[in-house]
Amino acid sequence: MAEIDKDQSELQRLSAGLDALESKSTQSDSFARKVFNFSGPLIALALFIGIWQIFFYLKLVKEYILPSPHQVYQALVNQYQEGILLTAAWNSLSRGVQGFFFSIIIAIPIGLALGLSKTVRVVLKPITTGLQQLPSVAWVPAAIIWFGLSNATIYAVILLGAVPSIANGLSSGIEQIPSQYLKVGRVLGTTRIQQIRHIVLPASFPGFLAGLEQGWAFAWRSLMAAELIAVSPALGVGLGQLLDVGRQLGDMSLVLGAILSIMFVGILVEKLAFAPIRERTLRIRGLRN
Amino acid sequence: MSISYALEVENLSKRFGEEPFVIEGLDFQVKKGEFICLLGASGCGKSTLLNILADLDSPSVGTVRVADRPTLMFQDASLMPWLTAGQNVELALRIKGIGKEQRRNRAQELLELVHLGSAFDKRPHELSGGMRQRVSIARALAQEKSILLMDEPFAALDAITRDFLHEELIGIWKRTGLTVVFVTHNVREAVRLGQRVILMSSKPGRFIKEWDINLTEPRRIDAPEVATLASEITDHLRNEIKRHG
Repeated sequence: MAEIDKDQSELQRLSAGLDALESKSTQSDSFARKVFNFSGPLIALALFIGIWQIFFYLKLVKEYILPSPHQVYQALVNQYQEGILLTAAWNSLSRGVQGFFFSIIIAIPIGLALGLSKTVRVVLKPITTGLQQLPSVAWVPAAIIWFGLSNATIYAVILLGAVPSIANGLSSGIEQIPSQYLKVGRVLGTTRIQQIRHIVLPASFPGFLAGLEQGWAFAWRSLMAAELIAVSPALGVGLGQLLDVGRQLGDMSLVLGAILSIMFVGILVEKLAFAPIRERTLRIRGLRN
Repeated sequence: MSISYALEVENLSKRFGEEPFVIEGLDFQVKKGEFICLLGASGCGKSTLLNILADLDSPSVGTVRVADRPTLMFQDASLMPWLTAGQNVELALRIKGIGKEQRRNRAQELLELVHLGSAFDKRPHELSGGMRQRVSIARALAQEKSILLMDEPFAALDAITRDFLHEELIGIWKRTGLTVVFVTHNVREAVRLGQRVILMSSKPGRFIKEWDINLTEPRRIDAPEVATLASEITDHLRNEIKRHG
């Protein structure tokens, strides 16, 4: 036994040395890089506004066709002061987010069935892929006929836009799981449920996340299309309706202001909701750098 | 089944569909607590054989009797990249239905056994290849199976790390009394580790010859006795390979 103990302490020291030699230092971004990551996009934005301003000064086109950045800003401030801008942004965002969560709830079982069963995949995948290809704005007229100018129309369009992307994302995530992970699961003696819970779901998460991101982008676009077309007092004001008001008034400043607001909300959701989850997922799994 | 055997294989053959046999007519027994090495060139059906022994695949002909469903380790550590080293070991315990706290303590103990006590919270990509393979050993031990099948587990590692893992594995084998079936194409590795080395032919995989290794531990891969026996076995292996030319 003393012999084994001696061997063990020898091994212990050998292993500590080997591990120290082989361990990789994970370096994070330098401070300068972090500052640049943040300021770089702002510089691009400033450049864009500068070029726009120069273009405006040159008076190449009439003011009602291209207003100045300041006029657009003023239009947004007016809407803000009348309490419309934030209400519209909030209405759109909350509709979008609610519709998106419904979409996730509906898409998960479909995505699981597509990913786990080859039979279901053969039968249904062409349909979900077809729906994913179809611009969901094409559903707006149909939804208006079915549901009238109501919130149901708007949610129907969001769902038809987002569900196929999320379901297909989850399904591809499952199909792309390296077979080695599934094999390890079987060696560990998983039941079918355990295999799904502990191997399939976590392994397919990056694909699911990509599907969620695409699903959100589609949901947001569909929502704007629906708001733009389905205008009714019953629906209240969203950013899409604001855009339509601008068009009716021939107020280009308001139109551009509304477009920028729609973009801004989109960027905000990506930066605050998706980017952190994506970064964390990639970092944890060593897929960064 | 005789009480002293961990594994008994009778007249085992395997083919996929109408393809030629991958392995043919294998007959062997492995005693409880024995360490055997299966040695062969490419195409000897080593992985097919292990898959059958691990019950991941079924034989076309013949029977396999095992004392206990074996666990299997691969050339690639196959750790789940979304889990930490400790959680990877815990996964094996979780699947057995062991409670949270007990699971954590046991996983920590097992990591200490493979000298990775401080790596519990490390992600697989933060570990070296050798460290990952040790986590994989800890995960296999967590299953508490009496038979460990190893499919070229150290083939992708550098020589220094491999040498260390040989000692580590032998230490674990001595202390746990596991039955080990170790597959490799490295002759010296087989002689270094096994109590018995079985040489297999390729296409189809058959047993050609076996050697009892009467060398005692601790033995080193560069020991003269190991080298002598390895060169004898290498000659047989080369003759087998030349047959296919």
